[in-house]
Amino acid sequence: MSDSKPVVPFSADDLKRRRRRALVMALCLAGLIILFYVSTLVKIAKMGAMQ
Amino acid sequence: MSLEQTHIAEMPLAAGTSGGQGTAGDYFALLKPRVMSLVIFTAIVGLFAAPGHIHPWFGFITILCIAMGAGASGALNMWYDADIDAVMARTAKRPVPSGAIAPGEALGFGLALSIASVLMLGLLVNWQSAALLAFTIFFYVVIYTIGLKRHTPQNIVIGGAAGAFPPMVAWCAVTQSVDLGSISLFLLIFMWTPPHFWSLALFRQGDYHKAGIPMLPNVAGRAETKRQIWIYSLLLVPTITLPALTGAAGILYAVGAAILTAVFLLRAFAVYRMVDDEGDVAAKKLFGFSIVWLFALFALILVERLVHLPAFASVFT
Repeated sequence: MSDSKPVVPFSADDLKRRRRRALVMALCLAGLIILFYVSTLVKIAKMGAMQ
Repeated sequence: MSLEQTHIAEMPLAAGTSGGQGTAGDYFALLKPRVMSLVIFTAIVGLFAAPGHIHPWFGFITILCIAMGAGASGALNMWYDADIDAVMARTAKRPVPSGAIAPGEALGFGLALSIASVLMLGLLVNWQSAALLAFTIFFYVVIYTIGLKRHTPQNIVIGGAAGAFPPMVAWCAVTQSVDLGSISLFLLIFMWTPPHFWSLALFRQGDYHKAGIPMLPNVAGRAETKRQIWIYSLLLVPTITLPALTGAAGILYAVGAAILTAVFLLRAFAVYRMVDDEGDVAAKKLFGFSIVWLFALFALILVERLVHLPAFASVFT
């Protein structure tokens, strides 16, 4: 006999919360990508201005 | 069983929860947004007060990384302190003791955010300020939260340094160094911390006692705490002159700081003379004013930089 606990399925409310959390995480990652992209552009522009 | 023996690893989650169900709002609460707002503000002032120039975009990145680092420190602090947070009225509803976020999740979130903030600041701005940010997070989590908070009534005297580093990190992002100007801003927050937190501890004494935290009123008594608040308040007088003398602040700051510190001293003296059955009114007033005091002093420096007022030292040359 297995000792593992019975799996309790996520409720509709749990799933909604997890979806919203995943969405916020995706937006944060997208923000990070934009942040690095713009930083690269600014650095290139600064280097161009120095030359 | 003492609180120190029942630490986070053995602590059961709140009834009916298994973690993993935290909302984005719960994760935001882990960042201690109210503390973060003061950190962001003092860092912005550090950025403007520093001699030199930083591209506005990288100034924004610096503030973002400092905010992320402060949030990471808050999350790691809530992970470690979940057991004592659960017994204090002020902190019992935080995401970890309430069961919304599991301790392991708070730890992972805090570590990930710490690493991301330091790496981003290093890669995009400079490694000097990134190293200082890493040290700040280490100081708050390891030296203050794990090392000092539960073991010595001097916890907030030494631990106060963690909250004083942000303007120094921002200054370093501009100058790539730590100099007297940034040290003077550091000292302003460092010397402000003891009277600020001890006045809070005077009217929250019961909470700290319940959690077993050796705050000064619980260990040395109320009379000694009031005396220490008065001494540290007096030490603010030489401290407020330093930003003006090092050129980090100007004449507007010098005048404003003198007036605000005179009011601070009056409030601190009222606490020193406070009779214990008065309901700690004087301590509450000092606590409230101390927040205004710090905010106003840094705001004065910011205003001077924004309207290009002369440095205090230049008035005499």
